[in-house]
Amino acid sequence: MTTTLPETGSAPEAHEVVSGDLLRFATAGSVDDGKSTLIGRLLFDSKSIFADQLESVEQVSKDRGNDYADLSLLTDGLRAEREQGITIDVAYRYFATPKRKFIIADTPGHTQYTRNMVTGASTADVALILIDARKGVVEQSRRHTFLATLLGVPHVVVCVNKMDLVDYDEQVFERIRAEFTEFASRLRVPDLTFIPVSALAGDNVVTRSENMDWFDGSPLLSHLERLHVASDRNLVDVRFPVQYVIRPQQNDARDYRGYAGTVASGVMKPGDRVLALPAGLETTIESIDTADGPVDEAYPPMSVTVRLADEIDISRGDMICRPNNVPTVSQDIDAQICWMDEAASLVQGKKYAIKHTTRWARAMVKKINYRVDVNTLHRDEEATEIKLNEMARITLRVTKPLFVDPYQQNRQTGAFILVDEATNKTVAAGMIGGPTRSY
Amino acid sequence: MKSHVLSQLRSLEAESIHIMREVVAEMERPCLLFSGGKDSIVMLHLAVKAFAPARVPFPIMHVDTGLNFQTVLDCRDRWVDRTGVQLVIASVQEGIDRGLVQEEPNGSRNRIQTPVLLEAAEKHGFDALFGGGRRDEEKARAKERVFSFRDDFGQWDPKNQRPEIWNLYNGRVHQGESIRVFPLSNWTELDIWAYIEAENIDLPDLYLAKEREVVERGGMLYEVNDFTPLKDGETPQVLSTRYRTVGDANLTACVESTATTLRDVVEEVAAVRLTERGATRGDDKVSEAAMEDRKKEGYF
Ligand SMILES: Nc1nc2c(ncn2[C@@H]2O[C@H](COP(=O)(O)OP(=O)(O)O)[C@@H](O)[C@H]2O)c(=O)[nH]1
Repeated sequence: MTTTLPETGSAPEAHEVVSGDLLRFATAGSVDDGKSTLIGRLLFDSKSIFADQLESVEQVSKDRGNDYADLSLLTDGLRAEREQGITIDVAYRYFATPKRKFIIADTPGHTQYTRNMVTGASTADVALILIDARKGVVEQSRRHTFLATLLGVPHVVVCVNKMDLVDYDEQVFERIRAEFTEFASRLRVPDLTFIPVSALAGDNVVTRSENMDWFDGSPLLSHLERLHVASDRNLVDVRFPVQYVIRPQQNDARDYRGYAGTVASGVMKPGDRVLALPAGLETTIESIDTADGPVDEAYPPMSVTVRLADEIDISRGDMICRPNNVPTVSQDIDAQICWMDEAASLVQGKKYAIKHTTRWARAMVKKINYRVDVNTLHRDEEATEIKLNEMARITLRVTKPLFVDPYQQNRQTGAFILVDEATNKTVAAGMIGGPTRSY
Repeated sequence: MKSHVLSQLRSLEAESIHIMREVVAEMERPCLLFSGGKDSIVMLHLAVKAFAPARVPFPIMHVDTGLNFQTVLDCRDRWVDRTGVQLVIASVQEGIDRGLVQEEPNGSRNRIQTPVLLEAAEKHGFDALFGGGRRDEEKARAKERVFSFRDDFGQWDPKNQRPEIWNLYNGRVHQGESIRVFPLSNWTELDIWAYIEAENIDLPDLYLAKEREVVERGGMLYEVNDFTPLKDGETPQVLSTRYRTVGDANLTACVESTATTLRDVVEEVAAVRLTERGATRGDDKVSEAAMEDRKKEGYF
């Protein structure tokens, strides 16, 4: 097995300098709430900004006649586009502290908003929601929070920004906190935190604010560094969608047959009894392989190769699970979708390609149950088409069975995309058996 | 109880492997763009890991500008020998000789690589090209998708990119269209180096510091060699330097450094305050917009 491998070091974990885990967060806020400034501040104070980048920001700030370096320029490749009306997209930023690496999905708040937020939140551990202290909770704050919970983001952090403009007043913060908590109680927010900040002045972003000694919580960065996300992963239900079958046509590995994939959920071990779907046959995990050798367990989001004790006919799109814990096998899918295509709407009776885990099929829209107004959460049961950035509850009939779990239990096996068969564009994000609750 | 938390490097590795397997499963004829630089080497290393014990199930393509550091070519050949991967070479010189492209006045073959690359991709019928681009490289890249769509001229269309939700990538294309895939999208320069160290990955020795005879031009240090000979009136000096990027040998500068081991490099990168491109690419200094333009032309 080592023949095709470049020489690798021994036990790689042992000498990694870049320690800690990975945290993904999505930011949301209305225009001018200070999102770019806050991200710029996090990058700057965590020393993730390079001198040449800073120099260019200082230069642009000077050209514009500003007195200070505008940190929002660090992330704001978007402003020019905004003016030109080009499609605004999720931008990804990176920074690291000795404790963690952070990936920020920066989702601009505009007409494309829902699509961007759904994209950014789909993989996020945390949603960071900005509120302007002077404006308080606005319609968009509710929409952002609704989308974050719909996408199953386990942690929501509300940054009440521009505290410097309200004299760092505790009352203002408490009022916003109370109002937000009140409406959030009607959503499924597993973990909700409030932090009063000034992105511009730096209060409570990286360092504790001296202007707000009444606040006894952590500054934003320490909160993000300490947030416990390991328990958010589903380690109970073993789901292993087969991605690719490794069958070397080589003399040195002639009899090898391994099922490569990414563990969607659960913990797998050699010796475990497993069930392969759709075959419905049981066998035992013989070995869990990686290029560094076999491992004694595999958990999300590891990419591994599973070998089974018996020869079963398994191919891409099949699913390995435990005999006593299986997903729902169904061709009728009830889901909440977000429509992402500007060119065409979703209409009843239309057929699309569907991708669920590693499985492609075709799906027909049997019924639009209702459209949800993402601002008011009002349900329109008369809706006959779903347009860009609209959300709806629909029923699909799929050409072959999918192996699904409710999205709120499993963000991997509860998710799918729809693809337009003529244009090949990804037109919808779907969450199976999404929440029916509303506020 | 075990923690079941994957470290950041292992998470990034798992994600990249997932992406590569997805491409091989769904696309007809993928190919990996191999420049001999550290990012493309890390990509190849990940490809080897993704399909072990089978060989990498796609070829690698080197767009040969004819302006290569010899140690980069040597390193490339070592990788080919060791992994048994198939190597496709697309020659820029040959493209110039055939009149497909013309030499640029400043001697940079960076830009004229594009038509050569696109022609070779078409000739071989590649519908997915793995590239080593990272989103942290500069602002224009921050919104780049993992799967980036090209029209049938190989050009990037900013208005026609697909949303990427969860890890459900959609690589469906019409005949003649293709995609670029960036498995290292979420890696930073520091991640790359930490991973190279952790995995002890074989790189060209340019990346490590040693005494080099260099000359300073426009604030950049160029090694005195056949590609960048001394000009009249210049005084060379001997400094401990290393390369942070590997581009055309006639245009890539080195930086002062004492990092002689991978560990030293990791520590240096962790402390350094300049982006890679800003520091060493004479041809990239132009502007951020230049990057965007090249992308539209199909280079990335
Ligand atoms: N006084 C004050 N101004 C802020 C603060 N945060 C952002 N701003 C200003 O609010 C404006 C909008 O900020 P920006 O970061 O561009 O908002 P975005 O549209 O949400 O990205 C800019 O003029 C910022 O300087 C803050 O905490 N205090």
